[in-house]
Amino acid sequence: MKIIIKYVLLDLLRNRIVIVYTVLLAILSVSVLGLDANPAKGLLSLLNVSLLFVPIITILFATIYFFNSIEFTELLLSQPIKRKSVLLAEYAGVAASLAGAYAIGVGLPLLFLVSGTESLILVLTGILLTLIFTSLALLIFVKSRDKTKGIGVAIGTALFFTLLFDGLLIAFIYSFGDYPIDKAVIGIIAFNPIDLGRVLMLLQLDVAVLMGYSGALFKKFLGSATGSIFSLACMVFWVILPLLLSVKVFKKKDL
Amino acid sequence: MGRVEVARRWIVCIVFSLLTAVTYAKSVRITPANNIQHTLDRVADGDTVYVSKGSYNQNNIIVRKAIAIIGEEYPVFDGGKKNEVFIVIANNVLIKGLQVQNTGRSSMTDMAGVKLQNVSHVTVSNCRIYNTTYGVYLQNSNQCKVVANTIKANSKDELQSGNGVHAWKCNNLLISHNVLTGHRDGIYFEFVTQSLITNNKSIGNIRYGLHFMFSHNDIYSYNTFENNGAGVAVMYTKGVTMYKNTFYRNWGDASYAILLKDISDSKIEYNKFTKNTVGIFMEGSSRIHVAYNTFADNGWAMRIQASCDGNTFEKNNFFGNSFDVATNGTMMLNTFRSNYWDKYDGYDLNKDGNGDIPYYPVSVYSVITERIPTAMILYRSFLTNIMDEVEKMMPSIIPDQLRDDEPRLKRWKL
Amino acid sequence: MIEIKGLTKSFGKFKALDNIDLDLLKGQAISLLGPNGSGKTTLIKSILGLVIPEKGTICINGHVVKNDWSYRSQIGYMPQIGRYPDNMTIEQVINMIKEIRADHKTYDEELISGFGLDKVKNKMMRNLSGGTRQKVSACLAFLFAPDIYILDEPTAGLDPVSSELLKEKITRERSAGKLILITSHVLSDLEGIASHIIYLQDGRLMFYKTVEELQLSTGEEKLNRVVAHVMKTELPSLKSRL
Repeated sequence: MKIIIKYVLLDLLRNRIVIVYTVLLAILSVSVLGLDANPAKGLLSLLNVSLLFVPIITILFATIYFFNSIEFTELLLSQPIKRKSVLLAEYAGVAASLAGAYAIGVGLPLLFLVSGTESLILVLTGILLTLIFTSLALLIFVKSRDKTKGIGVAIGTALFFTLLFDGLLIAFIYSFGDYPIDKAVIGIIAFNPIDLGRVLMLLQLDVAVLMGYSGALFKKFLGSATGSIFSLACMVFWVILPLLLSVKVFKKKDL
Repeated sequence: MGRVEVARRWIVCIVFSLLTAVTYAKSVRITPANNIQHTLDRVADGDTVYVSKGSYNQNNIIVRKAIAIIGEEYPVFDGGKKNEVFIVIANNVLIKGLQVQNTGRSSMTDMAGVKLQNVSHVTVSNCRIYNTTYGVYLQNSNQCKVVANTIKANSKDELQSGNGVHAWKCNNLLISHNVLTGHRDGIYFEFVTQSLITNNKSIGNIRYGLHFMFSHNDIYSYNTFENNGAGVAVMYTKGVTMYKNTFYRNWGDASYAILLKDISDSKIEYNKFTKNTVGIFMEGSSRIHVAYNTFADNGWAMRIQASCDGNTFEKNNFFGNSFDVATNGTMMLNTFRSNYWDKYDGYDLNKDGNGDIPYYPVSVYSVITERIPTAMILYRSFLTNIMDEVEKMMPSIIPDQLRDDEPRLKRWKL
Repeated sequence: MIEIKGLTKSFGKFKALDNIDLDLLKGQAISLLGPNGSGKTTLIKSILGLVIPEKGTICINGHVVKNDWSYRSQIGYMPQIGRYPDNMTIEQVINMIKEIRADHKTYDEELISGFGLDKVKNKMMRNLSGGTRQKVSACLAFLFAPDIYILDEPTAGLDPVSSELLKEKITRERSAGKLILITSHVLSDLEGIASHIIYLQDGRLMFYKTVEELQLSTGEEKLNRVVAHVMKTELPSLKSRL
């Protein structure tokens, strides 16, 4: 498995899209952080970029990559290796290279320009989102028969989580604003990895304001470490769950 | 009365008391074996009582003469959790270098470590006052000083606890260089006028770091108010000057760095408000000059209720706040000008350092979450960014009178 | 060596393989024939474990193929389309497979030098022509000198010289007692290689006979004519019988 990861990485580290992605992130980070005298504002812009672009780019790139290497996967599978190992190795390779791209493109400039807990959490969020959406891409790959359909589903998934989900949630909050829906809302948030990432950052940047709302549960959840731990745990689940499902489906998949 | 004059009066007082001490001074030393009350009753005005190191299980000590009581290496006076410790009823008393601890609690009388009753020119300095209901209690006293004391308690709830420095009906006080923690209010003033409160640290008190009512013409400077249950609350007062104070990390749903209720003709300048739930909460206040302050990383930098008028907010720095300004009405009779707002993204074509388009400090999402707090969980999502942009193009929610017409592009150097 | 019993596989309503029984032995070179969609690839993939059978069993050297993946070390597989990660060099691809099969220390690198791949080993896969990629696939299949070869359209896209080289290699391996399973559309390429012919149609096994047998029954010499004859005369009658 290690061997396959090594070679997948070897391939991806020279992949033009990965390189361009890294460079673009780096340029973006440096310009956003450098232009503004106020680091907090730059951090916010980076957060927006991360929440908006990381999921869609990751899921698209990963889905296409998995589909393009289907013949290579077959070749590997004709060797005496477990299916699970091949699949997980490919996942690890793709996830690691994209996460690496993010860590270099966003993490490095942050380290030099705005180091601090917030920056660390932002990079962590970005990396987790990368792992999650690669994981989702893998699930899409093992579940769909052809590439075109897979890409369609990937775009749909990314759009759903970046926009549609929040739209529905705010509609829900608006219509039931008079009821005690705090608990429900926190529960719902767990179903969107992007929101979880955002909440994680929110807890860093806006604790002060979050403490200002009087909902008891809300305060307990958002005002203490519980909120961060909850969000982190949910995000880890979002990495693992699609992965496990993928492995399960892939065991039975006809190539 | 100006500050210079207050200071001059103080100097006169100090010189005067020193002179009396020099002229008639006689000194007495006591040890834990002595009964301090007997000693205090026998000495004459102007004498000095030196208290040796040790543990004195003596309390309810009444100081009836104009004497100096000076502790060596903090002799300990213990209230036994039943009584008060020192009660000063004479003028011109100095209490210095003692450790006073464990007063009782009572709902009938306010139990204090050091209580000053109807006196003037009394100084309490360099004392350690631990676990008292009230630390230093000033009652109808003038020209007194509370300087460089450490006043600590660890109260658990508001009802059973008192205040670090408590003053009622006083004037011309100097409260400086004290550290006050774990009381209900760090410093509490009621009807205290013409006083100077400076260089104190009021940290981790259950309710307010500083709390005053009907206390006109006082000056608060260089104090630090940190991590208090509800920050600082000041009410029903005019002529307050607050400058160079630091308000840090006062968090909670009813917590403010500073709550101004019915305050008028006052100045709030050069202060730092950092990481508070609300920087300044203002209600029914008028003609306050809020300038040269720094508001950083607060939940709301300011909440200004519609009941405020004639206030001026200028040349402040606002950055890293979740929301800059929130308000409960649409009318705005206050003036904002020449502030630096980090959220401003206008331009300056004529290069005068001011943005050419106005800045609206109330954001859409702050208005929305005001109505539906739960919506806060979606703050900073892509969706809310869209809302902000839409509002910028077609303003409909935010009060358009609340605006800074000449927002600064660069941060003020404060 | 390969024993297949009652193998059935369908994709949705489409039956790709329908109750196939086969017994393939050492030293045989079997040509797998049939029109497009007849189930050739599905059969190969089933043997390789890439397609999970619905019913039936496959035994390789007496081991039932199901969850045990180790049997694949005995098979050299050359896929129809060889696609490799774009940014790997020929050398890296070969090294990777070698590292995966770390248990194996001796390599059959005859084809690598024969095709002249060692001279272009630092070329990236994305810059290679289809033919060169095909050569890489062939080299990988023969690298560990396995007992069984499964070659899916091995000569497609190869230049005549390389094609000839590969055919010679196949013939040699066969005479060394290996089992070889080939699919090819170019019947003339199988001339002199194939000892047996399996014919599949609509997922069903039409026949499994030796080439001599067929030559006798049809009276034809050349393989392509033999097959053409069979398709014209024998298949309709076979079909009507089924």
